[in-house]
Amino acid sequence: MAFELPALPFAYDALEPHFDAETMELHHTKHHNTYVNNANGALEKLPEELRQLSAEELVQKLDSVPEAQRTVLRNNAGGHVNHSMFWQLLTPNGSGEPSGEVKSAIEQKFGSFDTFKEEFANAAKGRFGSGWAWLVVKNGELQITSTANQDSPLMSSEFGGANATPILGLDVWEHAYYLKYRNVRPDYISAFWNVVNWEEVEKRYQAAK
Amino acid sequence: MAFELPSLPYALDALEPYISAETMHHHHEYQHRNYLLRLNTINAGSPYASESLESLIMSATGERLACAVEAWNHSFFWHCLSPWSNGYSVDALGRAINERWGSIDAFKDAFEQSALALFSSGWTWLVKMQDGSLAIINTTASDTPLKQGLIPLLALDMWEHAYYLDYQGNRYKYIQAFWPLVNWEFAAQNLTS
Repeated sequence: MAFELPALPFAYDALEPHFDAETMELHHTKHHNTYVNNANGALEKLPEELRQLSAEELVQKLDSVPEAQRTVLRNNAGGHVNHSMFWQLLTPNGSGEPSGEVKSAIEQKFGSFDTFKEEFANAAKGRFGSGWAWLVVKNGELQITSTANQDSPLMSSEFGGANATPILGLDVWEHAYYLKYRNVRPDYISAFWNVVNWEEVEKRYQAAK
Repeated sequence: MAFELPSLPYALDALEPYISAETMHHHHEYQHRNYLLRLNTINAGSPYASESLESLIMSATGERLACAVEAWNHSFFWHCLSPWSNGYSVDALGRAINERWGSIDAFKDAFEQSALALFSSGWTWLVKMQDGSLAIINTTASDTPLKQGLIPLLALDMWEHAYYLDYQGNRYKYIQAFWPLVNWEFAAQNLTS
């Protein structure tokens, strides 16, 4: 079952002025598409039972993947999983703040929404080079973490993950912000809060807790 | 001793049309400077404050190491590029390249393949190994040939910030733009010095 590039749930220019149309289009049609194509190239070489898995399932089973395909799939199935989720977590109609159970869980864990945003931003700023910042659920608890490259929190720690379920993620590869924000990653992180789809975060929290 | 941003050995627009002035401006004035500012901030008042970049590369860890590596790499990289590139010549470096790869074209192919194989932020290098032979290697965050005891001759920055404004995701075009800018004289000096 080959992976497919999912359509974006909004137009390329829908997140302007926070995320610009050119970045969104390149990010989706070039970067994400390349991960899908590269993952599919490696997928063909896998044993039948691994080929049946979803990308999310596959990245949790990298230790079962033959070594010759493991790094390619860690990077590219990882990239496919991360980006597919990222698009769902963005919306032009963001409420700006969480609601529902995830709101109380964030307040309980971090003290306040503002403290949470600050800690999440620190994880995003502190990731040296390419990677992601995440809010995850692990053993029913919220945690902030970051991963390098295209590692997913779903992966085991052996592969840079956290054996945890991501419910919010921010891509801090330079391709995600360089055209608009240049080297000023903190401005990109601030802009992100305007386009977070908190309904989707709540849905994912409900499923993961 | 606080680190200061070294000047570029040419004007910001000197590498056009291969690398734009805007890319060079952000790369040098902000990216490179930022690594040094971060180092100055975290080193202030610490036992590391008097150490050179080379020394930090060998002894530091974490953010201090990552910033020292990137700062050193960028200082080196600016000299690998030149608007006055006088082309490749078969001097001592040329002979060593021919000996290792057979021809300059075969070397370029191998260097390009190595650069394209880098998945994320990193660098591609031509280095002199401890036994004197040449090799092409990639490094990622917090690593650099010096740390491995190797002598760097030539570097190409493959972080997205190095090419995204000019070439977006087309890394192949960026690598092709690198060749006309290579300062072979600098690389040859690194081999013999």
